[in-house]
Amino acid sequence: MPRAAGLVVSGLVLVAVAVASIALGARPLALDQVWHGLFHDTGRYADVVVGERVSRTVLGMVAGLALGLAGAVLQALTRNPLADPGILGINMGASAAVVTAISFFGVTSFSGYVWFAFIGSAAVGVLVHALGGSRSATPVRLALAGTAVTAALSGYLYAVMIGDDVALNRMRFWQVGSLASARTDTIQQVLPFVVVGALLALGLARPLNAMAMGDDTARALGAHLGRTRALGMAAATVLCGAATAACGPIVFIGLMVPHIVRSFTSPDMRWILPYAAVLSPVLLLGADVVGRLVARPAELQVGIVTAVIGAPVFIFLVRRRRPAQL
Amino acid sequence: MKTTQVTKTLRTPGGLSVRLDIRSAVVVAVLLVAALATSVVLIGTGDFEIPAVDVLRTLAGHGNAGQEFIVNELRLPRALVGLLVGGALGLSGALFQAVSRNPLGSPDVLGLGQGSTAGALVMIVIFGGSATQVALGALVGGTVTGVAIYLLAWKRGVHGYRLVLVGIGVAAFVTAVNGYLLTKADFVDAARATVWMTGSLGGRGWDQVWPLLLLFAVVVPVVGACARPLRMLEMGDDAAGGLGVRVERVRMLLLVSSVGLTAAATAAAGPVAFVALTAPQIARRLTKSPGPNLLAATCMGATLLLAADLASQRAFGADQLPVGAVTGVVGGLYLLWLLVTERKAGRI
Amino acid sequence: MNRLAADDVTLGYDQRVIAEKLSVEIPDNSFTVIVGPNACGKSTLLRALSRMLKPTAGRVLLDGSVIQSMPAKKVARTLGLLPQSSIAPDGITVGDLVARGRYPHQGLLRQWSSEDERVVRESMESTGVAELADRYVDELSGGQRQRVWIAMALAQQTPLLLLDEPTTYLDIQHQIDVLDLCAELHEEQGRTLVAVLHDLNHAARYATHLIALRGGEVIAEGAPKDVVTAELVDRLFGMACQVIDDPETGTPLVVPAARRAGKRRGGAGQVTTAAS
Repeated sequence: MPRAAGLVVSGLVLVAVAVASIALGARPLALDQVWHGLFHDTGRYADVVVGERVSRTVLGMVAGLALGLAGAVLQALTRNPLADPGILGINMGASAAVVTAISFFGVTSFSGYVWFAFIGSAAVGVLVHALGGSRSATPVRLALAGTAVTAALSGYLYAVMIGDDVALNRMRFWQVGSLASARTDTIQQVLPFVVVGALLALGLARPLNAMAMGDDTARALGAHLGRTRALGMAAATVLCGAATAACGPIVFIGLMVPHIVRSFTSPDMRWILPYAAVLSPVLLLGADVVGRLVARPAELQVGIVTAVIGAPVFIFLVRRRRPAQL
Repeated sequence: MKTTQVTKTLRTPGGLSVRLDIRSAVVVAVLLVAALATSVVLIGTGDFEIPAVDVLRTLAGHGNAGQEFIVNELRLPRALVGLLVGGALGLSGALFQAVSRNPLGSPDVLGLGQGSTAGALVMIVIFGGSATQVALGALVGGTVTGVAIYLLAWKRGVHGYRLVLVGIGVAAFVTAVNGYLLTKADFVDAARATVWMTGSLGGRGWDQVWPLLLLFAVVVPVVGACARPLRMLEMGDDAAGGLGVRVERVRMLLLVSSVGLTAAATAAAGPVAFVALTAPQIARRLTKSPGPNLLAATCMGATLLLAADLASQRAFGADQLPVGAVTGVVGGLYLLWLLVTERKAGRI
Repeated sequence: MNRLAADDVTLGYDQRVIAEKLSVEIPDNSFTVIVGPNACGKSTLLRALSRMLKPTAGRVLLDGSVIQSMPAKKVARTLGLLPQSSIAPDGITVGDLVARGRYPHQGLLRQWSSEDERVVRESMESTGVAELADRYVDELSGGQRQRVWIAMALAQQTPLLLLDEPTTYLDIQHQIDVLDLCAELHEEQGRTLVAVLHDLNHAARYATHLIALRGGEVIAEGAPKDVVTAELVDRLFGMACQVIDDPETGTPLVVPAARRAGKRRGGAGQVTTAAS
């Protein structure tokens, strides 16, 4: 019962952060202006600002939810508390595919990127999982496989950008990860993917719980390992791919939130997943608001803020574990 | 698979003795010759072709004035930078892999390259610095990152895996900073930064040779003294400690050397991808000897970098494609193969 | 005064204290075995005795000097260690691995003397791995591999040898094999051995001196026949048992009590009925 109440409180926190995300920025708005912009849009300047910030906020919520769920599923699936779309190289897969789209296929619109980002993140997701030794994967093995693939792809990325000014100029803004370019049609395009991915992820809670205890135990409990693994990877890839295509690579949200959640729920995926779905947008929007406030009148992209917050958390998690657990 | 190792022992009547692994010695000699031969061909390559014979004659001091300028002032120092950078990366990779006991634990995976890049980007983007200032920035950035990783991974000693994972975390952090700096740059600086970030020998000269030589003069004796304890470290901290190795001290000396080598090499040529990762692995497969294979890895690194530069110049023309792009693609393919085979052998 | 002793040491990892004010002496020329339940601090104590773990208070003395302050190679010529987990480098042969035990006797200009060669050969012979010299370590069975590691520790030629659970992960015949080898090293070569063992019966059979630890404290020590009693087993493990004479060696043998009297004479068909 308290866990359900906690979920409601988390939902309220999310609403509060969302309102803050609409109100705060280079030009702060009072709450009555926000209200006016939301419900009585008359095209005043403040109303336009509200409109822009609403798209940005909605995108942040959608992307945050996607990244948090993807992180939770990846961590459960790989039994690896350090799994994160950034660490596992999935983001870089999307980046490499997007630069290919811009440079070789002349794609300029988001609707064009999104498919490339999907293919890129899916390919790298599968590759890293296979290279890390799908069954016998240890945290360090997966992290290394991900980092190594990231290093290889970034070589490709730079080589393309050197030869292509247009790609360089687009990529250097895309690859930091930002909500600034959010538009309504962007949201409409990623939303179906995120909904499908999220439903898939939530549906996997029980088999993932079984898998947490090891393959053999899971099998003995009657879980379908192959199916769970395939569906889990599919969910994580769709979620990551959609978020990355919409905002560029944003690291560490998927790493941090499941850990925060686990610290006050039991290690039960049936609670972790819904909590992650609510709290990840809180973190992402919070980071975005911070990024808007610290560098006024310019802004710090949200991907940079999450990395600056997330890297210390990651290192803390690594330090807390005993060597044998790595 | 089965090879009997031929080891020769040289002893003096006074009780002094030196051990020599014949196969390793041969591999080192062959690689050294290969590296030097590649440099000669590389010196002859460019918009103005010079036959190898003339290159050798010019190097010996008997060339004509035109050739002498091109060889001694332009291409010889560039080739030397390639040799030294490649050697430094190969050696530092071998040290890192031995200390972290992981074939993937190389300085470029661990974020030293990103650290150097951050230093260089600060110089390029914020201060619009000269080439020397950029190199200094890279040196400082790489060193600071290396020290930070070591300190953050320290917890009653530095465990190999913790070092690797902390390095990965630091790399993610620094990558974000780099991304931010790139968005702040104007277009010309961004293009300059991107070329630097790929790693290139273009325009390198005597200014880069001397600092690298100086560094080698300092680092090589340190590494030489630690090479035998390092072999013991391969068997685990407790086994090495039981044999009388001061584990933490040896590890720290070697990490400092390795960070210094990587930072200096990166300062000279930018973060050339994958040489540090692949050179020790290829060297080990050639010598078929356990142990860090430091000398073979050094020679292998030099050969690899020069061969990649030669390939890039021959295929794309002089200074069109930076050497880092070639090593990146070749290294990436090698890495995939390595991951598959090492996983089958259960070593990563 | 014995050669190796822990004097009032406090041992722990990070903030977790495992043993406080613990004092232990290793009798010279003994085969000392440390036993106790899991997490009683037996491996921690061994790590401290072998200077792998620095005590947070107190000191470990080797030949009267504090072990941490002695030159590392000098300690390594006096005291050898067989750690619980060692890594055989890829592609190393048995001969090369055993040869690495000579490290503390070597220097930059004294890399491989004829003395080294002789000692390595003898070490391999006395552990029965001489004919494996050219084989790769990764090809060997678990029992053979453990013999190779022991050979390496022997090549170190130390009067004291510390072994951390040398029989873990081995099949029963290899466990006995390794312990027989240890007893031989103790009796025939006169080395002082200190081992951590999991199995109380093995300890009772092979040890000349037993140290029983619980919760970081020494509960009992002395010759197995004096120390191993039903009362001790109860205090150490909280388990009722009988102690009888080992029919092979006459040493104490612990036989756990059957929990339910009715099952005492092996009714195989009833064993599966679980108590609620």
